[in-house]
Parts: sequence; C-alpha cells; structure tokens
Amino acid sequence: MRLTQGTFSFLPDFTDEDIRLQAQYAIDQGWAVSVEYTDDPHPKNSYWEMWGHPMFDNPDAAAVVFEVNECRKEHGGKYIRVIAFDSTPGWESIRMSFIANRPAEEPGFKLIRQECEGRTVRYTIQSYASDRPEGHRYA
Amino acid sequence: MSAKDTTVSSTVDLAEVFKESGVQDVLRELDEELIGLAPVKDRIRETAALLLVDQARRDMGLATETPTLHMSFTGNPGTGKTTVALKMADLLHRLGYVRKGHLVTVTRDDLVGQYIGHTAPKTKEVLKKAMGGVLFIDEAYYLYRPENERDYGQEAIEILLQVMENNRDDLVVILAGYGDRMDRFFQSNPGFRSRIAHHIEFPDYSDDELVQISEKMLDDQNYVLSKGAKAALKEYIDLRRKQPHFANARSIRNALDRARLRQANRLFKTAKGPLNAEQLSTIGEEDIRPSRVFRGGLDVDRRPEGDRA
Repeated sequence: MRLTQGTFSFLPDFTDEDIRLQAQYAIDQGWAVSVEYTDDPHPKNSYWEMWGHPMFDNPDAAAVVFEVNECRKEHGGKYIRVIAFDSTPGWESIRMSFIANRPAEEPGFKLIRQECEGRTVRYTIQSYASDRPEGHRYA
Repeated sequence: MSAKDTTVSSTVDLAEVFKESGVQDVLRELDEELIGLAPVKDRIRETAALLLVDQARRDMGLATETPTLHMSFTGNPGTGKTTVALKMADLLHRLGYVRKGHLVTVTRDDLVGQYIGHTAPKTKEVLKKAMGGVLFIDEAYYLYRPENERDYGQEAIEILLQVMENNRDDLVVILAGYGDRMDRFFQSNPGFRSRIAHHIEFPDYSDDELVQISEKMLDDQNYVLSKGAKAALKEYIDLRRKQPHFANARSIRNALDRARLRQANRLFKTAKGPLNAEQLSTIGEEDIRPSRVFRGGLDVDRRPEGDRA
C-alpha cells in the first residue's frame, strides 16, 4: 500500500529535480527547509528523526537535494520527507511537507476492530512493518 | 563540427545574446570600477565569451556537458581578488551558470574542524551555503599542511574535491592566494589542478594605478586630495612599496584611513570658527606627510601616537 502523507503524495515519486524545485519554492518564501526520516510511518507519528539541522541560511535548494541524497545513502530503505518550517509570527509551523523517498516495499496498515460494550467498535490502524523492532522494519 | 553546423537550421545572433544576458553591464562595471588589472579583465572577457558561446552551443544541442568553471586567482595581497570574485559571481549568474550568484568567502578556519569528526560537517555546511553561488576560498594553501600528517585539512580537501566534481552544476569554487604558494599547493594536490580550468593571475598595481585607486576611494567617500597631498601620496606609494608587508590597494586604503584620521584631528586642533564643505573634505599634504613611511617605515620603533604606518 502506497503511503500518502503530506503534499503531492498522490503524484508519482519525485525526481531530484522536482524536489529541488519544490524546496526552492519553500526557500524563496523564507521557510527553513529540513530533511527527516522514519521507519514508523503511522499518520499520527508527526515526529520523524531529523537528518541534520534545518537549513536556515541556504539560499539554494541544491543543498536540500544534496542532503536528501546523503540521507538516502544511510536510510535509503526508509521514508524520507522534506519539510518547510515557517517562522513567521502567527504561523510558526510546518507549511509544506512531502515524501522524498520511500521503501521498496510498503506493506501497509492493519485495521484492528475492538468490540466494546454494546455495539461500539473502536478502530485502530497499525503498520505491518512496525511489528519488527526499529531499524529492521523495511528490509 | 562544421558539418554539424550546417545541419542545424536555427542560427544564433551572438551580439543579441550578449546584449540580452546583461554580461555587458558586468564587464563595463569591471572596467569602470577596477583600475588597472588589464590581463585579468582580458581573461574575464575571454571567459565570458567562451561561456556565452558554450551556452549558445548547448541551446542548439551541440554541447551537453557543463564546462568546468572552477578557478584559481593568484596574486599578491590587495590586488583585487575578492572584488573580482564578486564580479565573477555576478557574471556567472547572468550567464545562467549559477542559479543565485551569491559569493561565500571562507578561509581554512571555516572549513577545517578542531577535532576528529568535526571537519566533514563543517565543510559540508559551508558547501551547502555556497550552492547556487560561488565559494571563494581565500588563502587556499593553508588547507594543506604537509608538516602535520594528521591535519584535518586533508579531509576538507577530499570533500571539496568530491563536491567540485559531483556538484559541478551547483557551485563554482574559486581558490585564491599568493602565486608561489598556490603553485606549491597545486603541485602537492594534483586533484585540484586538474579540476580547475581557469587560472587567473593578478599583477601588482603600478604607482600611477595606485594613485588613481586612492583618488577613486576618496571620491567614493566624498574626499579630495589637495595638490600637495597628491604629490606626497605618490612619494608615499613609492616608499611604501619598498617596505615589508606591502599589500597594494589594501595598504593604500589603510594609509588613506589614517590620513582621514589625521585630517579630522587637524581640523579639531586648528579650526577657528565654522568650516565649510571644502575644508571638511580636503585631505592636505600635512595629513599624509606625518606617516611613518616617510621616516623609514617599520624599522622605526612603534610609537604610541596615532601615526603608525
């Protein structure tokens, strides 16, 4: 199952040039771009591991592509996303986030139905990959 | 190639491309703002022509590779290497070879770390900052210290070489430094020599050029030299050149800064009543003559007063 999170996730995978153009847009807006990775892609897991510091003072997006590729070397089998943080007062949050790398195989999520009192059913989803310990989830 | 030329239907008007690119403005600025440096200006004009033709060829599909643009600027201190690097960044930006056209100036300290594992992130950080622009490494030979085999400079050099090769589209590296030491640096690091296409040498300024430069510097700050001051300055330049640590235009700038200081002091001490604009902006002979250079320069013991040369 293909993971769809953040912006552009229903589009085909981005090439480096696509990543560069999007990151350049974010930089031109004055947002700080950073690279993050994870092997726990649950939609509620908003804190991914940071790959280096956010790039506050790089005027060109080639640096972002460079870092994405460095991250791929180390964590090529995991999810890597590029996020753009807007520090403008009143916003101070992520403006843009898109997936730049995904594992070769995405097993998807298991839906668990918990039957409760009466006819209540509680739903939860769990990534099949997260059965295994961290670091061993995607081959 | 000529056979190929005839098969391409579209043509290119180089004069038109030249005009559109705005390169002309940069070259004109270069001519107007920088005095002397004729060989440097020639080389830059040649480089600009080469890049322009190369771009036209690429537009027609005749060339595909990005040419190697890394450069080395060699010359004595104060000969305008940093200033020209700024212009070069602008030029490359207008020609479309770098995307942003900013100049990041660094020295050894910015690239080399202090302990194991510190150098690589530091160098990469600088390289990332320079992407889309020009990285200017001043006194690049300090990166290589053969006397200490565990020096971290070597690590920085390796990362630099790798990025210079793999990210050629993303940044242009300019290495700068004194001629003889750069030659030795290139000899011991053949990887650099082969990755650098343009070696530009900066000649020393002649005395007349230095006088022109000082007049221009003063003019920018709305000062003028009196007649006597100009003669004194000529003499000063001649004497200063023979003394140690002569740094061309930089020495002159420092000398002028001190002359301004003396002028201010003189006005304070001698002024009786209100001063007009002319008095405030004229540097007289008496502001230049007290310089230590006229008394044999650095061999004279340091004096506590503000007249250090």
